[in-house]
Amino acid sequence: MNALRKLFGFHGGVKPAPNKDLSTREPIAQIALPERFVVPLHQSVGGTPRPLVAPGAQVQKGQRIGAADGNVSAAVHAPTSGTVLAVEPRIMAHPSGLAGPAVVIAPDGLDTACERDPFLWRSAKPDEVRDFLRDAGVVGLGGAVFPSHLKLRAGREHPMQTLVINGAECEPFITCDDMLMRERATGIVRGAAIMGELMQPREVLIGIEDNKPQAVAAMRAAVQAAGVRGMEVVVVPTRYPAGGAKQLIRVLTGIEVPHGTRSTDFGVQCFNTGTAYAIWQALEQGMPLISRIVTVAGNVARPRNFEVRIGTPLAQLFEAAQALPDTERYIMGGPMMGFRLPDLAAPVQKATNCLLAGSPALFPPPPPEMPCIRCGDCAKVCPADLQPFELYWFARAHNYGKAQEYSLFDCIECGCCSYVCPSRIPLVDYYRYAKSEIWARERDKASADGARTRYEARLARAERDKLEKAAKLAAKTAAGRQKAEQAMAGGAAAAPGEAAADPKKALIEAAMERARAQREAAQPKNVEGLSAAQQAEISKAEARRELARQMADNKEVPPE
Amino acid sequence: MLTALIVMAVLGLVLGAALGFASVKFKVEGDPLVEKIDAILPQTQCGQCGFPGCKPYATAIAKGEAEINQCPPGGDEGIRKLADLLGREYKPLNSEHGSEKPKAVALIDENVCIGCTLCLQACPVDAIIGAAKQMHTVVVPLCTGCELCVAPCPVDCISMEVLPENVETWKWKYPVFRLQPTTERKAA
Ligand code: SF4
Ligand code: SF4
Ligand code: SF4
Ligand code: SF4
Repeated sequence: MNALRKLFGFHGGVKPAPNKDLSTREPIAQIALPERFVVPLHQSVGGTPRPLVAPGAQVQKGQRIGAADGNVSAAVHAPTSGTVLAVEPRIMAHPSGLAGPAVVIAPDGLDTACERDPFLWRSAKPDEVRDFLRDAGVVGLGGAVFPSHLKLRAGREHPMQTLVINGAECEPFITCDDMLMRERATGIVRGAAIMGELMQPREVLIGIEDNKPQAVAAMRAAVQAAGVRGMEVVVVPTRYPAGGAKQLIRVLTGIEVPHGTRSTDFGVQCFNTGTAYAIWQALEQGMPLISRIVTVAGNVARPRNFEVRIGTPLAQLFEAAQALPDTERYIMGGPMMGFRLPDLAAPVQKATNCLLAGSPALFPPPPPEMPCIRCGDCAKVCPADLQPFELYWFARAHNYGKAQEYSLFDCIECGCCSYVCPSRIPLVDYYRYAKSEIWARERDKASADGARTRYEARLARAERDKLEKAAKLAAKTAAGRQKAEQAMAGGAAAAPGEAAADPKKALIEAAMERARAQREAAQPKNVEGLSAAQQAEISKAEARRELARQMADNKEVPPE
Repeated sequence: MLTALIVMAVLGLVLGAALGFASVKFKVEGDPLVEKIDAILPQTQCGQCGFPGCKPYATAIAKGEAEINQCPPGGDEGIRKLADLLGREYKPLNSEHGSEKPKAVALIDENVCIGCTLCLQACPVDAIIGAAKQMHTVVVPLCTGCELCVAPCPVDCISMEVLPENVETWKWKYPVFRLQPTTERKAA
């Protein structure tokens, strides 16, 4: 049936050496529990989850330790049972080498899973399933770590046509999806079937590059065994970056998702195979996302794939794969899109698909950058149909507006352009630089707009307060004046000319009159209706006071 | 001859009426130039420019009464943007008005605060919460770092803290080309 399917091509792309054989020779291995887990709270696109545990708390495997912050976020869970030692900033697997909030857990070695009721997703409403997946921490495991529950929603206006499961895995060295498909095809297919039920597409296409025959065979067998209608494994030609979401959609369906639109606008949604597996685990096994497959390759003696709990220190993986002594740098991700790790103390995160050890022999340092000769090679290979040399020019000149005009944000940072550039310009570095500068400016702009609104609201409030006060004062004087006039009208006969001529004086007199009346009214109230004894006491006290006064006046003591 | 005159006169009347109507109907509220300048200014509302806020400074620039290089929080980039917008010559920041500093936010030492509300009244952007005789605190995401609350505090418990970079706000650095020595320099 695959022979009948017409495949499409995408623009550009390159064919780097795949380097995938070494790490697929051995099956997936388990990594032992480390001494300390450092589970980062912020592992997905969106808000940083709120920590749910405090130091000293006992946690179980799979217990939620960070709750999703809003809907664009995903929960995080304890990878094993043990004691929470701290909730503090720790170094992250991030190019900055900066620290982010993390939960440090000392495992107790028992690895007891926490009790959970089975979730009957078939009878639950789609929104409940999505909430469940958010709380199970399921995110896109292809590298983008976008919360999956947000993607499991068909476009409002466009019914789902095609659900694409991305098993292309085009980047050199990375084999984690390949091994997952070989060994756990059933789980992936079940996960894909669940997604199919939630989104109701016409067909489910599992795209796999033709350099993974074993994975294709395993997946085909699993699809057949599961007998899901409309699900099909499609072999696509090997060309980097066929595993990019837009590229794979293009190859499988022929739909080119234009700038500024989403694939759901065309009834297509794309998920990674690892994500399908995680969804199956969450919904049918009751196991939230606490581990993932990580390829460790490059300059190591035993390249292979490991199933790693999230939060395991990266150093432990390189140890397990036996990094060679001449390793001088460590990379997270593949050689095309990865970044250099500043510190191996950082933990494995949901985004960690591959770790590479680099040596000068394996990845020679880039030769010096030369001026762009505008050969156009980069534009020929750009899968996003951009003009990389123009983007480079504007990013280099800090001309961010122009760079955005040339669709900088459509760049998927695939690295094809840097790969072919004869002047060896690190083009993607410039794009990343420009993108983060633009984001920073957008943040500043948003906060400046907020400040302006609040400043204007404050000015308006001050103005309103002033007006209100003035109005109150005016009302008061007006009321007083009226009263005075009434009073005058009553006693006008006495001295009409004088009072009429000076209403102010009348006003003052009226006020004094009121004050006098008030004073008189305010007599002590505790001297009425007293008993004879009390009266006698008071008289005595009065007599004593009188005596004292006389003494003060005469300065002599009268005879007793 | 007469027809031509009449035609011209009628045309003039009709078009004049249309223009008059349009000027009333599509009247632009406020001064668009001031709005545009205000959009560039950083809205710190600190008054370092010599005006009681960004909007007054924007108005003064629009009227040509102020230079474009008086806003330290906007910095060099702000001046360049203003120069671009207004077609004026770029000038370096006038140091009389202050110097460009990394963004900081106010921090109230809550143990020392006596709840006098003076900082609350000084904050131009309502970033401080508190009430009389109650502890006050700064809502960090709302603080623009204008420093106007620092001076009024009678117990000197407000300090300005530079915001540290975190994973969210970290920026990729400009790719620099590292010069590599090709030969060792021999000691003379
Ligand atoms: S490939 Fe390199 S040299 Fe050629 S146009 Fe692109 S950036 Fe310039
Ligand atoms: S990195 Fe960006 S500009 Fe370069 S080829 Fe890939 S998508 Fe195109
Ligand atoms: S100096 Fe302060 S008040 Fe003046 S424009 Fe700049 S930020 Fe606004
Ligand atoms: S000015 Fe100082 S003491 Fe007064 S409320 Fe503000 S922080 Fe507290």
